[in-house]
Amino acid sequence: MSLLDSSFWEVFLASLSPEIWKDLWGPIGETLYMTAISSLIMLVFGIVIGILLDITNPNGLIPLKVSYTLSGWLINCLRSLPQMIMIILMIPVARLIFGKSYGTNACIIAIAASCIPMYARIVESSLLEIDKGKIEAAQAMGSKNISIILKVLLPETLPSLIRGFTVSVITVLSMTALAGMFGAGGIGDIAVRYGYQRFQHDRLFACVYILVILVQLIQGIGNLVSKRILKSRNLI
Amino acid sequence: MSAYLQIKDLHKTFYPHGQPLKVLDGIDLDVEKGEIFGIIGFSGAGKSTLACCINRLEKADSGTIELGGTDILSLSKDQLLKQRHKMGMIFQNFNLFDSMTVYQNIAYPLEISGVPPKEIKQRVSETAELVGLTEKLKAHPGALSGGQKQRVGIARAIVTKPDFIISDEATSALDPQTTIQILDLLKEINQKYGITILMITHELDAIRYTCNRMAVLEGGKITESGLVRDIFENPHSKTGELFAKVFMLFQSPEFTKGEGI
Ligand SMILES: Nc1ncnc2c1ncn2[C@@H]1O[C@H](COP(=O)(O)OP(=O)(O)OP(=O)(O)O)[C@@H](O)[C@H]1O
Ligand SMILES: [Mg+2]
Repeated sequence: MSLLDSSFWEVFLASLSPEIWKDLWGPIGETLYMTAISSLIMLVFGIVIGILLDITNPNGLIPLKVSYTLSGWLINCLRSLPQMIMIILMIPVARLIFGKSYGTNACIIAIAASCIPMYARIVESSLLEIDKGKIEAAQAMGSKNISIILKVLLPETLPSLIRGFTVSVITVLSMTALAGMFGAGGIGDIAVRYGYQRFQHDRLFACVYILVILVQLIQGIGNLVSKRILKSRNLI
Repeated sequence: MSAYLQIKDLHKTFYPHGQPLKVLDGIDLDVEKGEIFGIIGFSGAGKSTLACCINRLEKADSGTIELGGTDILSLSKDQLLKQRHKMGMIFQNFNLFDSMTVYQNIAYPLEISGVPPKEIKQRVSETAELVGLTEKLKAHPGALSGGQKQRVGIARAIVTKPDFIISDEATSALDPQTTIQILDLLKEINQKYGITILMITHELDAIRYTCNRMAVLEGGKITESGLVRDIFENPHSKTGELFAKVFMLFQSPEFTKGEGI
């Protein structure tokens, strides 16, 4: 059903019909799969790079001015690329790994690559929030740098790290929709193929509901977990 | 016999915004074993910088620091970590780890110095008892009052059985009653275990209550040092004079019971 020949209300009612939704469960699964795997890759690399940025900072645990400046510059370059271009740039990489440059797995590479620099920056800013006195205390007790990172820096900033991860997962989700245009499947694919190319606006509407619900859900879970932690520490 | 902590001609210059700022300009200091030695000075006098030079959180430019016969400034990285296990530090803002319980906070210095788990348990409960925190071991620092937090800070500093503790404004964030309790606790651990304490503060009452000897830090130098009583009665430096004047104004009967006078 299209907005071109039906009223908004009719399209809205049609968008709730089981007929449309029965074709959506598969794409929802694909979207969740892409979001989950991309987020996981983003989490691992983002945390590691974020930690490196934080500790090589001129005021960090192991100041390395040249490396900090260079990696900061590189990350800014990567972040200034529009996501669409990142996907295109990642096509050869995906081909190298999976043997083909389209499909869900190939797009996961592109999404992760595009979101890692952003998430690394978010991790860095979370880690920078730590009260310097805590690091000083840990050092005064004779902590090795590795114990400071693992036992002090990460646990102390955990609630902020979780909030940053939540925001980033939502960015990943919105990118999976974009990647749908490049054969990644998922909700984005449906929205483009039916909503844009065939003017089936009822399907487009359904896709929007799903994305809205997923974003609310992710944000809600993130808020809940970080609040729980703060509460268990008697900080709120 | 030479002193336990011996600082000679210590210099430290910072370069905020590229301009040199001489914070320590030839510090000479002797602290005897087993005493609580006070250092007083106005805000920005360089007290914390001096403290941080002693455990090398800050790198001194020149001079020597000898602690119990160890030349602190020439220690290698590994030796420095071992040395730090043997000296505690207490902070104005407590600097406890919010992610850990009180128990974990006190256990942390033992964990990182490789003490076996069984011994950790015993040492933590002993220390918690000493500072009066047995009931609070499962709480997080966020649930404690300022005085209780500082007790955790002290427990954490003494749990490794150090010979030496630096207390940097340990009571400056506390109310007068809590201050006295914390100072009593410091005196107790000093007497019980013979731990030498370097007590840095801008509160003259705290020094008078706790210390026998003290030094005044002013303009990057130790402008006078000696018995607390002498300095208060006959100050020779600007800071000393000012503190003595303030003391006359605010002389409180509660503190005159202390050992300083
Ligand atoms: N890392 C640093 N970089 C630049 N300047 C510094 C640094 N640390 C301290 N300073 C400066 O050195 C001076 C002495 O600081 P310090 O913290 O030692 O004073 P303090 O006597 O402990 O003061 P307070 O009583 O306020 O704690 C101050 O002017 C401060 O701004
Ligand atoms: Mg200070």
